[in-house]
Amino acid sequence: MNRHPKLGSVDRGRVVRFVFDGREYTGHPGDTLASALLANGVRRVGTSVTHGRPRGIFAAGAEEPNAVVQIEEPFPEPMVPATMVELYDGLVASGLAGRGRLADRPDPARYDGMYAHCEVLVVGGGPAGLAAAEEAARSGVRVILADERTPAAPPGVRLLPRTTVIGYYDDNYLIAVERRSEAGTARERLWRIRAGHVVLATGAHERSIAFAGNDLPGVMLAGAARTYLTRYGVLPGRRAVVFTTNDSAYLAAEDLARAGVEIAAIVDVRPTPAPTDIEVISGNFVTEARGDGEVSSVLVGSRELEADLLLVSGGWNPVVHLFGQSGGTLRYDDDLAALVPGESPQAVTVAGAARGVFGHADCVQDGIRAARAALGQTAPEPPPTSRQHACWLVPATDYTRHFVDLQRDVTVADIHRATGAGLRSVEHVKRYTTAGTAHDQGKTSGLLTTAVMARTLGVSPADLGSTTFRAPYTPVSFAALAGRDRGDLHDPVRVTALHDWHAAHGALFENVGQWKRPWYYPGDGEDMDTAVLRECRAAREGVAAMDASTLGKIDIRGPDAAEFLDRLYTNLMSTLKVGSIRYGVLCRLDGMVFDDGTAIRLAEDHYLVTTTTGNAAAVLDWMEEWLQTEWPDLRVHCTSVTEQWATVALVGPGSRAVLAELAPDLAVDSASFPFMTWREADVAGIPARICRISFSGELAYEINVSWWYGLALWEAVMSRDVTPYGTETMHVLRAEKGYPIIGQDTDGTVTPHDLGLSWLVSKKKADFLGKRSFTRQDTARSDRKRLVGLLPATRLREGSALLADGRMVGHVTSSYLSAALGRPFALALVAGEHTTLTTLDGTPAEVTSPVFYDPEGRRRDG
Amino acid sequence: MLLIPCPWCGPRDEAEFHYGGQAHVAYPADPAALSDEEWGRYLFFRDNPAGPFAERWSHSAGCRRWFNVVRDTSTNRIVPQEANR
Repeated sequence: MNRHPKLGSVDRGRVVRFVFDGREYTGHPGDTLASALLANGVRRVGTSVTHGRPRGIFAAGAEEPNAVVQIEEPFPEPMVPATMVELYDGLVASGLAGRGRLADRPDPARYDGMYAHCEVLVVGGGPAGLAAAEEAARSGVRVILADERTPAAPPGVRLLPRTTVIGYYDDNYLIAVERRSEAGTARERLWRIRAGHVVLATGAHERSIAFAGNDLPGVMLAGAARTYLTRYGVLPGRRAVVFTTNDSAYLAAEDLARAGVEIAAIVDVRPTPAPTDIEVISGNFVTEARGDGEVSSVLVGSRELEADLLLVSGGWNPVVHLFGQSGGTLRYDDDLAALVPGESPQAVTVAGAARGVFGHADCVQDGIRAARAALGQTAPEPPPTSRQHACWLVPATDYTRHFVDLQRDVTVADIHRATGAGLRSVEHVKRYTTAGTAHDQGKTSGLLTTAVMARTLGVSPADLGSTTFRAPYTPVSFAALAGRDRGDLHDPVRVTALHDWHAAHGALFENVGQWKRPWYYPGDGEDMDTAVLRECRAAREGVAAMDASTLGKIDIRGPDAAEFLDRLYTNLMSTLKVGSIRYGVLCRLDGMVFDDGTAIRLAEDHYLVTTTTGNAAAVLDWMEEWLQTEWPDLRVHCTSVTEQWATVALVGPGSRAVLAELAPDLAVDSASFPFMTWREADVAGIPARICRISFSGELAYEINVSWWYGLALWEAVMSRDVTPYGTETMHVLRAEKGYPIIGQDTDGTVTPHDLGLSWLVSKKKADFLGKRSFTRQDTARSDRKRLVGLLPATRLREGSALLADGRMVGHVTSSYLSAALGRPFALALVAGEHTTLTTLDGTPAEVTSPVFYDPEGRRRDG
Repeated sequence: MLLIPCPWCGPRDEAEFHYGGQAHVAYPADPAALSDEEWGRYLFFRDNPAGPFAERWSHSAGCRRWFNVVRDTSTNRIVPQEANR
């Protein structure tokens, strides 16, 4: 074990067992998978995606480009950085060759979501973030601190531990993912946070230097090695060379030396090194990392130093990702040789290393300053005074092993190829080479790519700008984003008052919008066709009933209700007599049919209109929009009453007798109760409004009762030997009559005229919504597609193309088997006059009127 | 997720609203008097500025009222239009 006896904060008293690449290992609570692997001497963790080169652990945090693993147990998760996996008992993982594998089974874990609001959100719990949170909380405001680990939160601060803020959106809305316990029921939790002010204390990522063999296992960022030692007590090697451009790697070297790692030398590119007891080779480069599958020696000019660890520090990049996402500008600072935050349109302050302020004490001061700025106190932002020595690349003649993006296997040679091909924009080079497009989104390679490009082109990185930082900062699972909004909870399910009866009687259901509607009721041994033919015969020859409760119902009331409906519908609604009913069509302003339904006039100032099941909300929205924005002078109120009324359609030549039995006080003969009128009466003892409306062409009644009495009414109807039928039979019956279904036979490009409903379009009214469009050149064309009937040789598929002389002239919109016709039939939208059409597979179909059944309308009065 | 100032309910998440496009595009007083082109322009043509844009929103999952704001399309900064409450 490469574990220091004292250092680190893992719980040495307890042992955690895990499996990696099929071998059993142990670690301690507090380890990450990466630290536990290093502690066990596992150096090779995966294989690179393009070249198949061995790869090890390169970093210690979310920026890890190399050690990306597949979790196998407890539940498969692809592409997880080993540095971000907290070790737990029973973890089974394996190394990857670039690509992960999704689970082939449903995830048993729950994912959930939370909303949070605060005056100050601090992102990052390092010295600057902790100081900012503490200072902000002192004022008494709500402070949330989110950190990838579990720091000790200052008093009064709400800590979101193990939480990565992944997205920064408009108006200080931020999204974070909390990694919950594997043992618990919720694996991840999504936080949606609205903050008054955001303090970004996201720190800095150490960056690499491009030299030959810089991808070998054993090459590691210097700061990462220091983290493994101080946080986990892990010695990542026995003999190390340190290659640096700055002082921070000296701290790593000295800490590792004290802990027992032999430091062969510090190779410092600067001519004047920092003071240290360790041998420094200054003004020099590491020219190559050598070894068979992992580092065994390091070449410095002509010297070859034996080492199993090569620590690299090319300096530090402020983590400006979230700032960039906030809409903030970024600036390349020549002194810092890094991108630093500029201006953001949002209420955000950057603190500490995230803006190039390095060093513990300076970061604490900067955190306090940022908190005061967040609280609206004036706190001037001193410019960072740090300087970094820019060294990106070790010159060589062959650049094919100088890696820039370890995860995408992109080398300096690849960048040269891109610039050689004439590419000058960082965005283009990114796309050409794929540098920075991997799972890690170039956290360690992005600026390096730009800098190598700049060096090749002989310009400054400042001249090239940067690629755009977009959410998410780290990969996020779809499961976390979906949270509990999946499966049964994905969308509300609406059921009618009769639903349980339908289910108990074997109905199969169809989704119509959010509603569950009975589709058909198969009897013993019946398939769908047989059941639907039986239901259709019952409606045409006997008596049948359907649950029509899902039809949208809007109560329209007010002195101007009639005028309002006249402006909305294509026909006149103001002339409708109290007690009567009229069918109507709504068009959008472009003249295309939007919805249809009936209007019944309850009083001079009171209508009830129905809508299609799926469009009820859209129609109400449409009405409200016109009332509020264009016609505020109209005194009208619209109220959705869909779920106040249960509706039973009683259909067929036998329906009158059934209604007469159920409503003994109601005169049901045609003279007393004519078509398209409504009456109020008790039906089965329940106060009801009965409408003589037919969507089948048969004698029919729609009986409306209070939702609570829906089931009682239905059971009373069913006790009279009435056949229940579903939406499929409803569709067949109406299609036999040529009644279009809006949304099935129409698609937003169909006018009332196209549907053969010109009789519904008022010529008397000066205007109504859509009227002007009927005379537009295109809408008035004579060769538009129109609704026709088809009598095909065999049943057609809905959506099938229809050809005339090999040219497509339309498509099938509805297609069924008809009990009444004893054959298949269809409705279609077709341009031009034709006697026969064929489908793509050669099925011929005779073109007919869309009214197949009872064209004289003799059956509607029974 | 914009924070949209509903004049009745106060600032609420964008997800509670429906977008209504450009504001102040009035329904013509007499559509029949318009040429096809004029009617087509009313129907289909809207401004698309980079900068301040008067637009309509409906608080559809809240008070269900329509209102106008001016939003800078390049920064998403919203200025409520109290007069249109």
